[in-house]
Amino acid sequence: MITAGVDVGAKFVKIVLLDDGKVIGRAKALVGFDVGKSAGDLFESALKNAGLQRSDVKKVVATGMGRESVHNKPPVNAEEVVSEVVADAAGTFHLVPTAKTVIDVGAEEGRGVKVGEGGKVKDFVINERCAAGAGTFVEAMARALEVRVEDMGLLSLKSTQTIPMNAQCCVFAESEVVTLIHSKVSKEDVSKAIHDAIASRIGSMVLRVGVEKDVVLIGGLALNPGFLPPLKKELNADIIVPEYPEYVSALGAAIIAAKGGV
Amino acid sequence: MSKQIKEYPTEPLKCWNEAKTLRKNYYEDYLNAHNRGGVRWAGGAWTFSAIPAGLGNDVYFITGEPHGATIAFYKDFASKCHDATEAAGFPRTLCAYMRNYWGAILLDKFILADGSVVDGYPAPDFIWQDHICCSHGKWYQVVKWLEKKKGREVPMYCVDVSVGYSLDPSKPLEEYKSNYLIQQLNDGIDWLEKVTGRKYDDKLLCEAVWNEMKSTSLWAEICALNQAVPAPLDEKTMYSLYVMGTLMKHRPECVAFYERLKEETKDRVKRGIAAVPYERFRVITDTQPPWGFLNIFREMEKYGVVSLGSLYTFGLIGMWEYKPDGTWIAKPLPPKKPKTREEALRVIVEWTLNKPEWAHFYRPELKTRMMKSIVDQWKANAVLLHYNRGCEGLSVHIAENRLGLLEAGIQVFPFEGNMGDEREFDMAGTLGRLTAFFESMGLKKLVE
Repeated sequence: MITAGVDVGAKFVKIVLLDDGKVIGRAKALVGFDVGKSAGDLFESALKNAGLQRSDVKKVVATGMGRESVHNKPPVNAEEVVSEVVADAAGTFHLVPTAKTVIDVGAEEGRGVKVGEGGKVKDFVINERCAAGAGTFVEAMARALEVRVEDMGLLSLKSTQTIPMNAQCCVFAESEVVTLIHSKVSKEDVSKAIHDAIASRIGSMVLRVGVEKDVVLIGGLALNPGFLPPLKKELNADIIVPEYPEYVSALGAAIIAAKGGV
Repeated sequence: MSKQIKEYPTEPLKCWNEAKTLRKNYYEDYLNAHNRGGVRWAGGAWTFSAIPAGLGNDVYFITGEPHGATIAFYKDFASKCHDATEAAGFPRTLCAYMRNYWGAILLDKFILADGSVVDGYPAPDFIWQDHICCSHGKWYQVVKWLEKKKGREVPMYCVDVSVGYSLDPSKPLEEYKSNYLIQQLNDGIDWLEKVTGRKYDDKLLCEAVWNEMKSTSLWAEICALNQAVPAPLDEKTMYSLYVMGTLMKHRPECVAFYERLKEETKDRVKRGIAAVPYERFRVITDTQPPWGFLNIFREMEKYGVVSLGSLYTFGLIGMWEYKPDGTWIAKPLPPKKPKTREEALRVIVEWTLNKPEWAHFYRPELKTRMMKSIVDQWKANAVLLHYNRGCEGLSVHIAENRLGLLEAGIQVFPFEGNMGDEREFDMAGTLGRLTAFFESMGLKKLVE
């Protein structure tokens, strides 16, 4: 049975096509102003690449902050929607059955999910009205440093000293970064300070629900090599990063679809 | 709509319009008090409001927190109040009710219950307040100062209640605590006579004290009826009903209204009338809600979730007796009505110092214990905790309460917001997180 999970995130749409538990297609694209169209175009392209029609897909479940834009709306016509938290837990449990704590850091949100038996959500925490614990924060700081966002992580790994960053807010952090630049602090050290700050923010948030091993990091920020070391230090725990971490929520939605829905 | 979900009958509250009229009259009476030769005073909803009642039947008053909440409900006016308060140099981290209240004075505008705004803030003739939290202590000092800038001298009396709640609710309140307050109230009566030039009437005091005890006991009885499944009342509706106790708990109109409401609620329980037609998950909340966004409760109903109330809704006005097994019952009235000033002051002080909402100013674990009792007794499935940035008093220790509830195996959903400053509440984000919480509890949306 073929099912699909569509994760309409703040910055990217991610799609996973699943056939009897096996991933047969993945696709990712930036979300445009017309969220529904971005997701629809990507969905059609993903089906085409897999040689499928919409009618071949038994069920589609959508997740992510823009999930309602594809709920019962063509061409995706997702039959059901599910919150990111539930999708995160389902997708991670499928990949790492021993996972007890899931940390998902995407463009807009950071989340910590305690996973119970069978991949069910036991408890969760989400960052509130602040971008300082999300991927957007890295992007804003990359702009301030005038480096490509893709280079931020590697840059931070070359740092030789620890610079504390006190700001807990994206806007004030940018001012702090500018001040550090004017103080002739190297880009490597500023980059590390930024990653330390995000890790501190995410770490203290996740500690609110408690950290239990195995800990799994998913979401776009899991692709950033500069984020993992400070987060491990913050949580005092080993962290597993699965392959294709940014697709785990979409995978969870596809798994939920395969099980017949929420 | 799933056919397996049971649908309960619902019907509107018969006394709803009466509640609206009472609130409308309350604000208008305060506004027009001087036209009728009456006296008006201002103070908090926690204050000993029965005491100034001894000045006569033409004494009108406005309690600050409900007024701040009314402003918050009308977001456009609230926004103007925030701007005015911040322009006057007050930080936005202060109590949001207090800032709304000051903002209205600074704008020289007065909002009525229906949201209409009239020019000219009606200054009180005196302030009668107590120090329940740091903000309450300073609130009216600033009011006095703002009025003085307009050339009006408003005398103020503030009762120090720092002796607080009985730290062991199973034991009688320590007498020295009562005596400390009674002395201040006695002095306060002399002060009231002096600043108003009126002769104080002890009979009116006794009547007001008895009314307050009746209305607060009645409200507890009404809340206790919400233990029924399905719940006859939902919290959003209860906010419009409990408010009478925060406005006029010592007034005969309040007693009469709560008597009618109790009978109607009993009747709803008897006939199985629900507040939420698809009730299948029961929650309680905590502290004041974000008043400008009460539709969040309607969103919850779409999942079949009913909010039964909270320690705040039950305990700010309701008076309770704690049984040795941890259960709550509405506190019964003493066998006889007070007949003298001394009796009236003692009985109202002892009554008030046992108010459940006082507990967590002193010991967070008492609040956690009370919340656990409510969860058990009202058969709630989860607790929604508002990390309310707008209230330092009632928000204190909430994070500790969360841990205590989790330890007891109770599901908790915390969310950030502000009771009176709409800029600090993210409706879409909170709904998104709430959806995730409900889904994690196995609930799906039943109606769009």
